[in-house]
Amino acid sequence: MNLESFLLMRHEIMLTIALLIILIAELSTENKKSIINLSIILMLITTIVGFFPVPEGTLFGGMYQTSHMTVLMKNILNIGTLILFLQVAEWIKQPQYSNKVSEFFLLILSTLIGMNFMISSGHFLMFYIGLELATIPIAALAAYDRAKNISAEAGIKLILSSALSSGIMLYGLSVLYGTIGSLYFPEMSTAFMNTPLHTLGFIFFFAGMGFKISLVPFHLWTADVYEGAPINVSSYLSVISKGAAVFILTIVLYTVFHSIAPMWKNLLYVMAILTMTIGNLFALRQKNLKRFLAFSSIAQAGFILLGIIDGSVMGMASVLYFVLIYIFTNLGAFGVVSAISVATGKENMDDYNGLYKTNPNLSLLMMLSLFSLAGIPPVAGFFGKFFLFASAANSGYYWLVFIAVINATISLYYYLLIVKAMFINNSENPIAYFKSGLTTRIGLLMCMVGIFAIGLYSPLYEFIRMFSIGM
Amino acid sequence: MDFLTLFVVVPVLTIIGIVFTKNMKQTRLVSAVGMSIQLVLAVALVFMYLAERKAGNAAEMLFSHSYVWFESLNINYIVGVDGISVAMILLTGIVVLTGVFASWKVDFLPREFFISLIFLSSGVFGFFISLDLFTMFLFYEVAVIPMYLLIGIWGTGPKEYSAMKLTLMLMGASALLLVGILGIYFNSNAGGGELTFNIMEIAKVKIPMDAQRMFFPMTFVGFGVLGALFPFHTWSPDGHASAPTAVSMLHAGVLMKLGGYGAFRVAMFLLPDAAQEMAWIFLILTSISVVYGAFGAIFQKDLKYINAYSSVSHCGLVLFAILMMNKAALNGAILQMISHGLMTALFFALIGMIYGRTHTRMIDQLGGLMKVMPILSVSYVIAGLANLGLPGLSGFVAEMTIFFGAFQHPDLFHRILTITAAASIVITAVYILRVVGQILYGPITNEHFLKLDDAHWYERVSTGVLIFAIAGIGLAPLWLSDMINDSLNPIVNQLMQAIVK
Repeated sequence: MNLESFLLMRHEIMLTIALLIILIAELSTENKKSIINLSIILMLITTIVGFFPVPEGTLFGGMYQTSHMTVLMKNILNIGTLILFLQVAEWIKQPQYSNKVSEFFLLILSTLIGMNFMISSGHFLMFYIGLELATIPIAALAAYDRAKNISAEAGIKLILSSALSSGIMLYGLSVLYGTIGSLYFPEMSTAFMNTPLHTLGFIFFFAGMGFKISLVPFHLWTADVYEGAPINVSSYLSVISKGAAVFILTIVLYTVFHSIAPMWKNLLYVMAILTMTIGNLFALRQKNLKRFLAFSSIAQAGFILLGIIDGSVMGMASVLYFVLIYIFTNLGAFGVVSAISVATGKENMDDYNGLYKTNPNLSLLMMLSLFSLAGIPPVAGFFGKFFLFASAANSGYYWLVFIAVINATISLYYYLLIVKAMFINNSENPIAYFKSGLTTRIGLLMCMVGIFAIGLYSPLYEFIRMFSIGM
Repeated sequence: MDFLTLFVVVPVLTIIGIVFTKNMKQTRLVSAVGMSIQLVLAVALVFMYLAERKAGNAAEMLFSHSYVWFESLNINYIVGVDGISVAMILLTGIVVLTGVFASWKVDFLPREFFISLIFLSSGVFGFFISLDLFTMFLFYEVAVIPMYLLIGIWGTGPKEYSAMKLTLMLMGASALLLVGILGIYFNSNAGGGELTFNIMEIAKVKIPMDAQRMFFPMTFVGFGVLGALFPFHTWSPDGHASAPTAVSMLHAGVLMKLGGYGAFRVAMFLLPDAAQEMAWIFLILTSISVVYGAFGAIFQKDLKYINAYSSVSHCGLVLFAILMMNKAALNGAILQMISHGLMTALFFALIGMIYGRTHTRMIDQLGGLMKVMPILSVSYVIAGLANLGLPGLSGFVAEMTIFFGAFQHPDLFHRILTITAAASIVITAVYILRVVGQILYGPITNEHFLKLDDAHWYERVSTGVLIFAIAGIGLAPLWLSDMINDSLNPIVNQLMQAIVK
């Protein structure tokens, strides 16, 4: 082991350095604004450095592995976090947060490091450490508004349900360890057999992952936590955290558990239908936009399963591509909700009545994001969904695709309700015109560009596909 | 860039132009100029097409170009036209331009209105030039979604309900369609080639029979919903009645034709064996559409509802003719699409103009309009006569050809259905003549009407162009039906081979 091989962990190292710099900066300055700017700049540098080519290889005797695919996944998460930081700036400048500005960035960065380790893990122990590192700080973030009961409650709910799911997952892993005698991915994948005990271990593991991705029936924490947590934390949870969990689930299913593919395919089939349908049906009735987006993100997770279920290169490519699109799209929607919430404190659907007349640009971005979530061309969501559906059809799951598209139509209904509020409904007291800060506008503009460009620009898909793996 | 792509580029450029306009006058001027260019292009395309054919170019698709898009999935952006698409593009060009003139006085959010309208039209044009299932599906959805805003914001009556109903039903239909398209794609390597979305390539492959049985109903119904196939037509009356004038024109005139065209180009052409096997089910449904729509129209009191139900009936006739699967009937189907597109656009334009003056569309509140607005009234009579199939106007040519083709089937089943469908002509005459008599002739029911003025110049442009086209096709139908006829051979061959087996 030499210094150069440490550079394989460049993403994690960069993030750790950024984290330390912010920590030191906080000690040395009272100026909160400069910490915000510093965080954004550090994240920008990290993101850019992440794109420099990195060799493939393993570290720590196979505990840690990196490949072009994992680098790609980490870069996707970095971009998402960068946009989030841009959108956060204005929110966090509010006086009630003045004594804990740097905490926000520190906690986010440490969860990101955890996710990176999770993605790169070649051993379930490393995986588990990454998972915990990615989960516990988020619980602190959910309780960021600790003066508000609802936020504190969200933090408690998140930590309890995470602890439970981690426990279940650990139990499953210990069963597997007891029977196989190793936690290394390659060894497990060869020794894994279709015996009841192994299957049991797998199901416990899968249940744990189900919590993170908020698949039905493990979704119950989602809506409460999203509603209680500050909006930008919900945004992070629904986009980055979920995206990372999807990545790691895909990797593990494809590399470790491929010998029982028929079994987990059946499992995913049922869970995809449940997740899409239940997420959608609950979203129909929501009036609070945070809860609304929470259920919509549950439904989106169901769609993602359609890509995973295929088990081919095409399936993984469509999952990565969809998550990339989803990051831009959902951050766009959350960004608008956040900007409005910061400016006016309003978070309900009725408050958006007549928004187009007063704030046309925000309304347009919101509409495009919602159309992208619903999968309407020419915005990127259409391409993402189409490829996910094509992957499922590739395995012959035509009825699953049919149910999914029907669900997409249902989801269109509730997305249109917001469009209707903004464009059609009249209001006596609409949200007055306001101008967001520069960083917010840059963040929203990036989302807008992404929503249009990612779909139409096909080389990106080919690029992602080049690095994807199949079973 | 190839010539056909201009049909998508010009609307997009027009939209960009509209974004920079400052008031309603500039907006509508830019829209009118953009869509005039589009119509000129469409006319030029007709002449170029005819010249190519005259020069002996016998390729199935002319002006074809293919650009790689998503390489690993073999998704290409492929354009190309045959006589049928050329005719549809011409129709779209006419209806969109007249639609712009018919909305000359939209003063509520005019920029957004024209942007949505032209965006919608870009989807329609794109749909007709595409030869790749993926691109086609993309344009189909592009054409549907602006409808929600157009009806929801600028509509009348229960507009929010109608807009939502229409959007969801059409999107639900696209669920079937998407599955159908994916099914066709993943079976397109049955001949040993690679998977492809290219329609012309798939047509050469014989897709396995069980896959055809599964995906034909999906694609046919998927497109059929847009073509007002019974029992999925319910979005149409509400949608048309609530939509603003230009949108009704475009929707009934062009968008419903996407259904017929797609059913014909995708469902029948690519899945001919299942089409032969299952046609009878859909023949029954479309016959119901035809008769039900006509009866529905009799009982309506609102002019727009009358015309909307009449559209259900006429578009049902298109699908009915397509399912007859012989050359004459198919030719009639295409002619009917164009003829109905023109006359229904004229109808909706006139209804919009009358409504704009009298502020009512209820036939019992209208009367004696011939005395106050003769130009509009005469135009209305012409539209009505075209609708009921008077010789010399386009409707006659189309319906004649359809029933001529349909009667070539000697068996009892087809005969009964044909006679049933043909009976709808009589019903059509009833509701058309009743309306004409009620609202145009007779005493003036409301003194307020005496102060109303007749058509303005932009309204005359709108109706004049449409009447010219309707009469043109009625008096000289041969060039059009010849152009369509040549292009029908590939699909008729496909369907004939399916019978032989």
